[in-house]
Amino acid sequence: MTRKLIEGSRAVAEAVALCRPQVISAYPITPQTHIVAELADMVAEGHLRAEFVNVESEHSAASLVLGASATGVRVYTASTSQGILLMNEVLYNIAGMRLPVVMTCANRAISAPINIWNDQQDSISVRDTGMMQFYAENNQEAMDLHYFAYRLAEDHRVLLPAMVCMDGFILTHAYESVEVPTQAQVDVFLPPYQPLYVLDPADPITMGTLAEPDKYLETRYMVNAALEKTLDLIPTFAGEFAAVFGRRGGGLVEGYRLQDAETVIVGMGSVMSTLRETVAAARERGQRVGALKVITYRPFPKAAVARALGRAKRVLVLDKAISMGSGGPLATEVKAALYGRRGAPRVAGLIAGLGGREITVESLERLLALAEKENPDGRFLDLRTDVEMEIYA
Amino acid sequence: MIEIRIHARAGQGAITAAMLLASAVFAEGKWALAFPHFGSERMGAPMNAFVRLSNKPIQRRTQVREPNYVIVQDPTLLAGFNVAEGLRPNGVIIVNTDKTPKELGLGKNGTRILTVPASRIAQELLGRADRANTALLGAFAAASGEVSLGSLQDAVRERFPGAAGERNAQALARAYEFIKAKMKHPKEA
Repeated sequence: MTRKLIEGSRAVAEAVALCRPQVISAYPITPQTHIVAELADMVAEGHLRAEFVNVESEHSAASLVLGASATGVRVYTASTSQGILLMNEVLYNIAGMRLPVVMTCANRAISAPINIWNDQQDSISVRDTGMMQFYAENNQEAMDLHYFAYRLAEDHRVLLPAMVCMDGFILTHAYESVEVPTQAQVDVFLPPYQPLYVLDPADPITMGTLAEPDKYLETRYMVNAALEKTLDLIPTFAGEFAAVFGRRGGGLVEGYRLQDAETVIVGMGSVMSTLRETVAAARERGQRVGALKVITYRPFPKAAVARALGRAKRVLVLDKAISMGSGGPLATEVKAALYGRRGAPRVAGLIAGLGGREITVESLERLLALAEKENPDGRFLDLRTDVEMEIYA
Repeated sequence: MIEIRIHARAGQGAITAAMLLASAVFAEGKWALAFPHFGSERMGAPMNAFVRLSNKPIQRRTQVREPNYVIVQDPTLLAGFNVAEGLRPNGVIIVNTDKTPKELGLGKNGTRILTVPASRIAQELLGRADRANTALLGAFAAASGEVSLGSLQDAVRERFPGAAGERNAQALARAYEFIKAKMKHPKEA
């Protein structure tokens, strides 16, 4: 294990390389580019024995890793924003065909208007594909979640794709120190992929065939059942991860100062560092505030979320995405997880940080003060009413 | 925690400067975080790079709004931006220019401004005036004492192996000495 100061994208590329992927395909798009450029360099310079396939679009990148995975090799791709949307139909196929593709989403906003900065609308909009989704708070977690994702994806009880989500620019372009494990450590945690079925011209089978109404429902049931099964496996693998790497990695949720907390703020990804700072300052002032990080968003860990939030009075959920006409997707799921439980806290969903708008300690402190007086459910954090006037006046 | 904000244009190497500073401080056994904020992601567009240095792990990832130090890599940005915005009391602004703070019309309100001809140093030693980033780091080391000249030179040699690293290490030293001399004899500057 060595500690290095490197860019988040490079850290992820090194983590992926340690997972020994055999086929990589990607189409460059900001802010994902540095990850795949680094992997392409590693392949070109002979440091990584993999096939790197240049393609003409994200749809092709996803299709290529689908096909490669079906032949029984470990594969990798990465994208963001419009690229994730273009992959969408292929991602459903990858999950439905039970292929353990692992990919990175360098989270970025969706057009229109065009915006290269961070939010999580891209990964959230493919949440229903059947992929697992994990959200990283920092670059160490971004690395660690890749070992974790491959291990889970390739387990024969699972055989589903996984997406590791890391906030674009905030993490991908940040230089900070990370622990890089040895190849031997990663090999212990992540043994070679043993496919159940492979596409082989010598022994042909069909994958992704037509399923008529008498079988389709059951096939979809099985994808969902396998995805839900990971709720049991994730804590087990997190334990194994700690044994091999000597630090925490993976998991469903993580609480921060939840003990006796009356108000809990829930979030995913890099915003958690701002939440920790906000909570620490509030605690100094004697306010009983805590934070909950959702690491695993798919499958959604309803029981773990309900357990963590059950004793709070008030829950504030930050969504860096919106289901137009409904509200924040994470807030909706937190509400559902708590629904019908006796003494359940009041849950307010906030849309925050879209398109790179920073979520600051100051704005969260204003939110905490507001939540004392009224229910802020459905509000947009730091919404500037003057901008709407400018655009439509 | 020490917070630094760099004002530059995309393509001038401000991210590299931020990364080199973070690497040097990391090599000294401290914690560092460096990250950029782009405008429209085009060569020449105004952008910022940020660095945080601390003896403890760094949590905060938001942009630096209350810097201890500001580095202005491109003085043309002085016209469109208030580079002193949020500067903490006793904060220092380092500007890449041949002019004096007085000539720039800066520092009237008591803000500490240090000017250094980083582009001229870069032109002389690297043959390119738009590679002022390393010289500015030398000026920062001299002005702040937050990092040693040697650690920065090591970081530069690691990033640019061979002759380029050596010349950048010289640019660092030249600007470092320039600021040290200026701080010894502030009147003459």
